[in-house]
Amino acid sequence: MLITCPYCGPRDVIEYTYQGDGNRERPDPASQNFEAWNAYVYDRLNPAGDHNEIWQHSGGCRAHLRVVRNTLTHEISSVAFASGDHHAPAARRKAEDKP
Amino acid sequence: MAEYSALSLLANALKGNKDWKPAWRKPDPKASYDVIIIGGGGHGLSTAYYLAKEHGITNVAVLEKGWLGSGNVGRNTTAVRSNYLLPANTRFYEHSMKLWENLSHELNYNVMFSQRGCLNLAHTPAQFDDYARRGNAMRHLGVDAELMTPAEIKRLIPALDISGDARFPVIGGLMQRRAGTARHDAVAWGYARGADRRGVDIIENCEVTGFLRDGDRISGVTTSRGDIRARKVAVAVAGSTGRVMQMAGVETMPIESHVLQAFVTESLKPFIDTVVTFGMGHFYMSQSDKGGLVYGGDIDGYNSYAQRGNLPIVDEVMSEMLALFPGLGRVRMLRSWGGVCDMSMDGSPIITTGPLPGMYLNCGWCYGGFKATPASGWCFAWTIAKDQPHEFNAPFTLDRFHRGLVIDDKGQGANPRLH
Repeated sequence: MLITCPYCGPRDVIEYTYQGDGNRERPDPASQNFEAWNAYVYDRLNPAGDHNEIWQHSGGCRAHLRVVRNTLTHEISSVAFASGDHHAPAARRKAEDKP
Repeated sequence: MAEYSALSLLANALKGNKDWKPAWRKPDPKASYDVIIIGGGGHGLSTAYYLAKEHGITNVAVLEKGWLGSGNVGRNTTAVRSNYLLPANTRFYEHSMKLWENLSHELNYNVMFSQRGCLNLAHTPAQFDDYARRGNAMRHLGVDAELMTPAEIKRLIPALDISGDARFPVIGGLMQRRAGTARHDAVAWGYARGADRRGVDIIENCEVTGFLRDGDRISGVTTSRGDIRARKVAVAVAGSTGRVMQMAGVETMPIESHVLQAFVTESLKPFIDTVVTFGMGHFYMSQSDKGGLVYGGDIDGYNSYAQRGNLPIVDEVMSEMLALFPGLGRVRMLRSWGGVCDMSMDGSPIITTGPLPGMYLNCGWCYGGFKATPASGWCFAWTIAKDQPHEFNAPFTLDRFHRGLVIDDKGQGANPRLH
């Protein structure tokens, strides 16, 4: 299985660490909403088909990635930075080139 | 009257083996049953068997999407043991062990249960202490366990690299002598025949496509062979739990489906006569009666419904095998395959009434469901028949996560890929 890291390009799955289901929403750390914490910790969609999940390129650039992968075929349809704040290197250079 | 005996073997041999009755019928589904069991694997079949035998409920259908025993009951590495730490697990798996010990006789079907022992190797003093603790916990509840020294281990498994030069030197081990292996297909076939002879309909190639409802209550299933109604619908589908529960409108479960690979080598002369596990990684191996070494390791570690895995785990399992048995370097691997495991959030199973009215649920076996087959069916049948759990499966509820009563034998937390 190859995962194409936006920074590093296509790399073998052994370079990555699986961080699990990317659909879960972590409640605010101060939250005392028991149900929300319970859902975050224990409940999983576990779909047979496209799965929204988090991988870390731990053996490479260490970026956290949001990957959409098919759990029936292992086919990967999209890879993006887990945080929307990141930009791909090319885009960042372009921004820096501006006077 | 036993169907298989020395006399019946002889009589049928003389007649050219043409008169054997099929082990189970191929009935068409009826319009309704008292109980429908979804999933014709080991657990579904043993549930049907004990429903009929222990509780007299024989108007039962087992619905299997593929052919009987095509899932994990025919894909596991056949180890049977009850060497757990936590009392809930120990009691349940020891009950299973006791059922295993009489299973061939009970079913009149040779499941080739071989109590060849299961040895967990320790490679650090801390690990050895941990095994001593687990062994004491087991003995406290009446389960056999003994600590072994490297010299004793060397006598038991001469091929094991027990030298101080090994990458991870062996400093001792925890042995359960009553543990062992069984012929996995025979378990499915034996339970199937036993259930069939008591009147259970085993319906293969019958895929459940949805649930019928009567108000809030589950009142049957829609299948590729038509609608079937039932007072009680039991789900025992292991790795497919998420898919089946979604059909019933249960969106999330404390379960992730992961793929576990297993391997077998070409046949060798007798090499090891026990089940051995590696303590510095995840590796277990035994030798089948046919001579092949049957072994496996960790799950691949990401959600998967594909019954095939990836190469990194193959590489890791082979490395661990060679760390223990350098002499196997030139042995050829014959086959590898994968099965889909229902990894629960604490590594322990779920056998319960609900979660919907009219429904009963059996899942969360992680990759250890084979050894549980008899007790799982026995407890699930009890739960279905009496609408309440037996004391053996009372801790294995679905809401234990919600209530903070997790049974986390390995202490890994809510991280299914690490259990």
